[in-house]
Amino acid sequence: MTTLTTNYLTPTGREEAWRFTPLKRLGGLHDGTAVVADRHSLTLTSAPVAGVSFALLSALDTSPISESDDVIVARIRDFAQEVSVLTIAANTEVAQPIFLKRTPGALDSAEFSRVLIRVENHARVTVIIENSGDTHLAEDLEISVAPGASLTLVSLQEWGSKSIHAGRQHAVVDRDATFKSIVVTIGGSLVRLLPTVEFAAPGASCELLGVYFATSGQFFEHRMFVDHKVPNAKSRVNYKGALAGDQAHTVWIGDVFIRAAAEGTDTYELNRNLLLSDGARADSVPNLEIETGEIVGAGHASTTGRFDDEQLFYLMSRGITLADARRLVVRGFFNEIISEIGDEEIQTRLMDRIDSELAKAGA
Amino acid sequence: MSTLEIRGLKVSVDTENGPIEILKGVDLTIKSGETHAIMGPNGSGKSTLAYSIAGHPKYNITGGTVTLDGADVLEMTVDERAKAGIFLAMQYPVEVPGVSVSNFLRTAVTALRGEAPKLRTWVGDVKAAMEALSIDPSFAQRNVNEGFSGGEKKRHEIMQLELLKPKIAILDETDSGLDVDALRIVSEGVNRAKANDAIGVVLITHYTRILRYIKPDFVHVFANGKIVEEGGPELADKLEANGYAEYVTA
Repeated sequence: MTTLTTNYLTPTGREEAWRFTPLKRLGGLHDGTAVVADRHSLTLTSAPVAGVSFALLSALDTSPISESDDVIVARIRDFAQEVSVLTIAANTEVAQPIFLKRTPGALDSAEFSRVLIRVENHARVTVIIENSGDTHLAEDLEISVAPGASLTLVSLQEWGSKSIHAGRQHAVVDRDATFKSIVVTIGGSLVRLLPTVEFAAPGASCELLGVYFATSGQFFEHRMFVDHKVPNAKSRVNYKGALAGDQAHTVWIGDVFIRAAAEGTDTYELNRNLLLSDGARADSVPNLEIETGEIVGAGHASTTGRFDDEQLFYLMSRGITLADARRLVVRGFFNEIISEIGDEEIQTRLMDRIDSELAKAGA
Repeated sequence: MSTLEIRGLKVSVDTENGPIEILKGVDLTIKSGETHAIMGPNGSGKSTLAYSIAGHPKYNITGGTVTLDGADVLEMTVDERAKAGIFLAMQYPVEVPGVSVSNFLRTAVTALRGEAPKLRTWVGDVKAAMEALSIDPSFAQRNVNEGFSGGEKKRHEIMQLELLKPKIAILDETDSGLDVDALRIVSEGVNRAKANDAIGVVLITHYTRILRYIKPDFVHVFANGKIVEEGGPELADKLEANGYAEYVTA
């Protein structure tokens, strides 16, 4: 582990990783001006289950499992004395999701939070992290999926309108393990998430799914990186976003790196954006770097479009009003991903929030 | 008893080379319980007539009137036309990803009736309509028209006709792309809707084949943006024998 105490390379906005982010709106999470409070807001809210433990451990005993060149991660690691650790013991299979929730924070100070989710050999589990209310949060979330294990991680950003959230969600996926991530970002002033995956051994696979819906003044950035550094791993990325209202801005970056050793790689990434009104901006940058030709497949697609007039006409020709037709089309657009969560109550809650954001935006 | 009255309807579409007039003055009156076959060669403007009545934004009305029981249809938005009682079964029904047939039908019937249908009755109605058209029950959970075969799309259109109970139904080439069995099933659906609700039907078709199953009261020959000949069912027999050659001027 590196010990950075001073000399952080504070981003200027010219760096590739920061060129889209409005740094002035980051609440000082990146440049040392944030007032950092000693908060540990992440709590386990589902009933205790055998094989599942959640504890606050000393950072001295809990080293990071990955390296990062992200300046906010470096600051978190330098500051955090403790780590929230969720451990799923080997061979544990839990049918019901495990819920983690962030308790209300504050806007006059920031939480610098390290979280570690350890899914041990052959365990199978779904973890849902619920983020709501208003806070400033810098988050270094690491995920280890051990050989043969399977983790579905649902990360819900249902923040209030003033929240600032900069987080890295880095998964290390081991031999024959599967990692499925579903990220939903529909609230907050500024949310910048880095869902990243590194494959530690052959036979690993990941599926990174996400939806985001930005309305007036919101900035949501999702910046994937999938590191194929071992042979025979598989990755799928599918993010769908909608934007409505003036100054709504989203950024999707999909970096996939297939190293020379990663023969037999199978990867595909997709980003689709729906612009529901003028004055919104969706940046979408897929980026595939390939060092070996001995692969199963590698591809990407990115589309940005508006409402399909033919779809709206079809629905309206059955008596459905324009507003309801648009609502149906947006719901349908997001449904492909939202329905993957598999929890009816949450899916309904998210769709209702999307409806109300859409109504507020008047799109 | 309803009457759809089309008088002197002129319609154009915008193209790169400026507007092109497609309908050049159409007169047609359809009353409840009547079936009108509109027949004509490809490109004669039959589909334009259908979409113009339904209110597709691509078509510009440049002249004439369309009224339903005296109300000005051309002033209505697309959904208001449906609420007034006009239904268009499309030749190419549109896919709506992520929206299930069941959700779509419930939303439509709620919009048309102004209130949600009683759940138990509605579920029964949908099930019966699907059975009558030999539609697999799993269809209800599939996304609207997504991955449907041509025949499935047409049956789905006629199922909506039966469930939504319009006053006037315009069927745009509902017979195209159907095999004999599917044509019979779809035609039976139209005939049921006619018998149960005495709807007025405008049957747009290129071929006389569907008229063996759905008997027209009137046949109108459409060519070059106008109705050029009208008659009873016997006119269809003449078209079957001679084709459209005499109506298409070089």
